[in-house]
Amino acid sequence: MFDICELCEPETLAEAKAIYAANPELKVIAGGTDVLIRMQHGSLAGAGLLSLRNIPHLDEIEMLADGTISVGAMAPFTRIFEHELIRKHVPVLGEASVSMGGPQVRNIATIGGNLCNGAVSADSASTLFALDALLKLETAEGERIIPMRDFYAGPGKVNLLPGELLVAILIPREGYEGMGGHYIKFAPRKAMDIATLGVAAVCKIRENRFVELRIGLGVAAPVPVRCFEAEDYAKGREVTWECVQEIARLALKPAKARSSWRASKDYREHLIEVLTQRAVAEAVKRGGGCCAD
Amino acid sequence: MDHKIVGKNTQRLDAVAKVTGRAMYTDDFFERDMLVGKVLRSPHAHARVTRIDASKAKALPGVVAVLTPADLPKIKFATAGHPWSLDPGHRDVEDRLILTDKARFVGDAIAAVVAEDLLTAEKALHLIEVEYEVLPHVLTAEDAMAEGAPLLHENRPGNIVSSFGVQFGDVEAEFQNADVIFEGDYETSIVQHCHIESMSAYAFVDSDGRVVVNSSTQIPHIVRRIVAQALGLSWGRVKVIKPYIGGGFGNKQDVVVEPLTAAMSLAAGGRPVRYCMTREEVFIDTRTRHGMKLHLKTALSREGKLQGIHMQVLSNTGAYASHGHSIAMSAGGKFRPLYDFRAIKYEPKTVYTNLPVAGAMRGYGTPQIFFALESHLDDIARKLEMDPIELRRKNLIKLGHQDPLTKNVVRSFGIPECIAKGKELIHWEEKKKVHQGQTGHLRRGLGMACFAYASGTHPVALELAGARIVMNQDGSVTLQVGATEIGQGSDTVFAQITAETLGLPVDMVHVVTTQDTDITPFDSGAYASRQTFVTGIAVRKAALEVRAKVLEVAARRTGLAPAEMDIRDRMIVETSLGRTVCSLGDVAMDSFYDRLLAAPITSDTSANVRINAMSYGATFVEVEVDIQTGRVEVTELWNIHDSGTIINPKLAEGQVHGGVSMSLGAALLEQMLFDSVTGKPLNPNLLDYKLPTVLDTPKINAAFVETFDAAGTFGSKSLGECPTISPAPAVRNAVMDATGVAFHKIPLYPQVVFEKFREAGLLAERSVQHV
Ligand SMILES: Cc1cc2nc3c(=O)[nH]c(=O)nc-3n(C[C@H](O)[C@H](O)[C@H](O)COP(=O)(O)OP(=O)(O)OC[C@H]3O[C@@H](n4cnc5c(N)ncnc54)[C@H](O)[C@@H]3O)c2cc1C
Repeated sequence: MFDICELCEPETLAEAKAIYAANPELKVIAGGTDVLIRMQHGSLAGAGLLSLRNIPHLDEIEMLADGTISVGAMAPFTRIFEHELIRKHVPVLGEASVSMGGPQVRNIATIGGNLCNGAVSADSASTLFALDALLKLETAEGERIIPMRDFYAGPGKVNLLPGELLVAILIPREGYEGMGGHYIKFAPRKAMDIATLGVAAVCKIRENRFVELRIGLGVAAPVPVRCFEAEDYAKGREVTWECVQEIARLALKPAKARSSWRASKDYREHLIEVLTQRAVAEAVKRGGGCCAD
Repeated sequence: MDHKIVGKNTQRLDAVAKVTGRAMYTDDFFERDMLVGKVLRSPHAHARVTRIDASKAKALPGVVAVLTPADLPKIKFATAGHPWSLDPGHRDVEDRLILTDKARFVGDAIAAVVAEDLLTAEKALHLIEVEYEVLPHVLTAEDAMAEGAPLLHENRPGNIVSSFGVQFGDVEAEFQNADVIFEGDYETSIVQHCHIESMSAYAFVDSDGRVVVNSSTQIPHIVRRIVAQALGLSWGRVKVIKPYIGGGFGNKQDVVVEPLTAAMSLAAGGRPVRYCMTREEVFIDTRTRHGMKLHLKTALSREGKLQGIHMQVLSNTGAYASHGHSIAMSAGGKFRPLYDFRAIKYEPKTVYTNLPVAGAMRGYGTPQIFFALESHLDDIARKLEMDPIELRRKNLIKLGHQDPLTKNVVRSFGIPECIAKGKELIHWEEKKKVHQGQTGHLRRGLGMACFAYASGTHPVALELAGARIVMNQDGSVTLQVGATEIGQGSDTVFAQITAETLGLPVDMVHVVTTQDTDITPFDSGAYASRQTFVTGIAVRKAALEVRAKVLEVAARRTGLAPAEMDIRDRMIVETSLGRTVCSLGDVAMDSFYDRLLAAPITSDTSANVRINAMSYGATFVEVEVDIQTGRVEVTELWNIHDSGTIINPKLAEGQVHGGVSMSLGAALLEQMLFDSVTGKPLNPNLLDYKLPTVLDTPKINAAFVETFDAAGTFGSKSLGECPTISPAPAVRNAVMDATGVAFHKIPLYPQVVFEKFREAGLLAERSVQHV
């Protein structure tokens, strides 16, 4: 039994934006796998809910004319990792999607909810960081498109304006084309678990040199981060095992790991290094390179 | 022996009901005008309630009653699911009230609300005003026993529930004369059962004024007694019904929610009240497995012959005794019929702390003891440069061994064969060779561990089981037992025993799966792996009585003597000729309708089983350890048992799968964590408490060495708890084989493993990694 005072179920996006503009106190609910857990734990008592579930097309995955892959905010993770376009062009996002929870959770949990919830452990976030994804946000007034890193404001906090909805995640062509990628979710369990650390690496390799490398880390700092120092270091370099090791060392730069009862700072930092090595090495392999010494 | 049904894979009687969702569990039943109950819990680990004001809560519309300690009888009662003892000296510790005015752990039940719906009940909880006088608290057994430590219960100095131990031989003399002495410290963490079905009950007062409790319990007859005791009612005024249950693993061999649920109904004028715990409440206020700290000191000859052992155990029982010291005592007796020591000194202490209450959990302390002992034996073997398997083999007791303390006799002893089988199945020698000289960050290793267990509790407690069989007109029979089906498959096994004895197909044995204390034969319930062994004897006895009565009626019909006939596949046959003389159906119809001699064929009997049978087994595992991350994977596992005759191989395998996964969870992932300052639980939910998922569970291989034990029905012995004893130490030993690092505490949680590896200098290897 949930302590809910009202439930709005608009049938169009325009209607949803209008309702939300009129009452920004409403709590948006997508799959509900974060919202309802919070309610069960006693927060959000007496909330009114604005459900996006009845709005058609918000869950669509498509390629736009310029090659951008657009993933609707309401797309559930099962649909994402099973989708033809994702399998073909952004398999690393499929990898992150299938690492989520278990089958039942993946059937209902949406990618939009994963991002808007603002958790640093969100499995799709580090990958979308690495893919240089953009977010399409809309209010009744209009729309704006912002990069992932402008979205995260702090632990559990995202930059959504009052009455604003996330509509789609846009992965531009340069974000994914010709890139090899790998996502490692490290957690005590192999399913139904929260990441102790998430590492996403994507790279473009030519003649066994890094044309480009992008690394996103989850649970390494209060918000998901990119590893720019490591990425800059890699640019143009030949892929060797030593190079990958150095990249992994540099990946620690943006990290602000903290100790909690779940894991110590020391262990998290160790994992950042070890798992970045592994993620980059695998991404290199998938991008057609080789880093065996 | 040539059996038709025993030893076959009879399909579970409840298989279809369960997979189609038709099986009814406690929460599936509804009564008219049903209310819900919720509990207010202490936020402090130790605190006296100085004032409760429930007036605002009572005034909330929809609230029917608010209960506080002042509203309830001041009767202290014991909750453990043991048979009542007529000897006051052997009773469980009576230290509990239904609601307490002194909180002894974070989550202790202070007050309760009965309301029309759950939301109203939850809102009302917030309206109850409680003032506490916060007291200092203790979380570890050492702190609890220290000078000046705060006392949890006034009448237990030093917070010690009991320090009663046992010994035989002269351990000190063995240490003096020993060639070598080894000492080691081992520790296990607090874990929980995590049965799928929550702790749940509902109660009402029926039209006769009796209190009816429907509960998800393993022990309906004991629940009846304890509800009556806690509320000060005459025992016969309470009736307990146990429908299908979704797992218990010992947590429901305890009386947890029923007295409060009954009190809630009484407070609501007898209206039905449901009290179903949330998962968080199950973690906090039911039972846990005792975390234990063990110090082992062992005397050996130079050749590796075990001579004496001194085992000191600190068992952290949390805020109330529950099964208390019985667990440490029971567990300490299990290794004696396995390894041959000349002298043993077993010194356990069970200690109160301000933590959730520890109680019975599959294995009843034995997994903790064997984790320590089997780890210790591997540590010894490594120091002596002996093969760990040889060390064990050299020290096994012999068939016919009699325990000097319990006087139980070993009548079947399949452990040598279990060890040989395990070694062969896992390809021990071959793998040892392959593993030699490993480099890189993934290392494999092999480990094994043995165990012994009992079948029921004789001679410590009463082992009484009841069975009733009624023959129907068609020759089928209806079987009632007081022992409870809790998922382990006991109803199916009882049907097989009955069918085998009566020459019936299993589908002509109808087992009444629900226990109702008004109707059900008396039996103390499901625990101690006693069902097949103890209740099986009662069922067999009832079936034999029915068989004798059938043959008497057949004798009247045919003129043959009963001894000249047998029942085979629903027919009465003349044994010497194999000739059918009449059908069982004819006999049954005579028994109901013969104008002169009609007397329905029934048996209503019980067995007071004053014998025990030791079960044995071993686990063999191969692990792969990721030196860099500290993650341990089980790559191959064999769990091998001597449980006597296996009555149903498929069900036996099911027990192995469940038991092994439970042990692997404790070995690698599971532990209840508490804030060291406040005593608050950190992970009372299934996200943060790392119960393994199916993806974390390796392929579990079961194997059986079938012996025949003269004490058990058709030669059977216990199995239910056995699979959960030896996997954890086997995994620990395999990790030591893989890496050379000895762990002394479970779980081998990745971070802990990483830290130990770094301490041991293993992480310098990192740059050797090949991709
Ligand atoms: C059993 C279980 C396992 C889980 N495992 C994982 C896991 O492995 N990895 C992981 O990352 N997470 C996991 N989660 C968390 C959760 O499933 C994910 O974060 C999920 O993606 C949330 O999506 P949702 O659609 O359910 O969001 P909701 O719960 O419906 O919403 C989440 C938040 O986002 C807001 N919101 C949702 N959609 C929009 C929108 N379009 N515009 C604006 N705001 C919006 C909501 O208001 C809310 O604050 C798990 C949860 C459960 C219950």
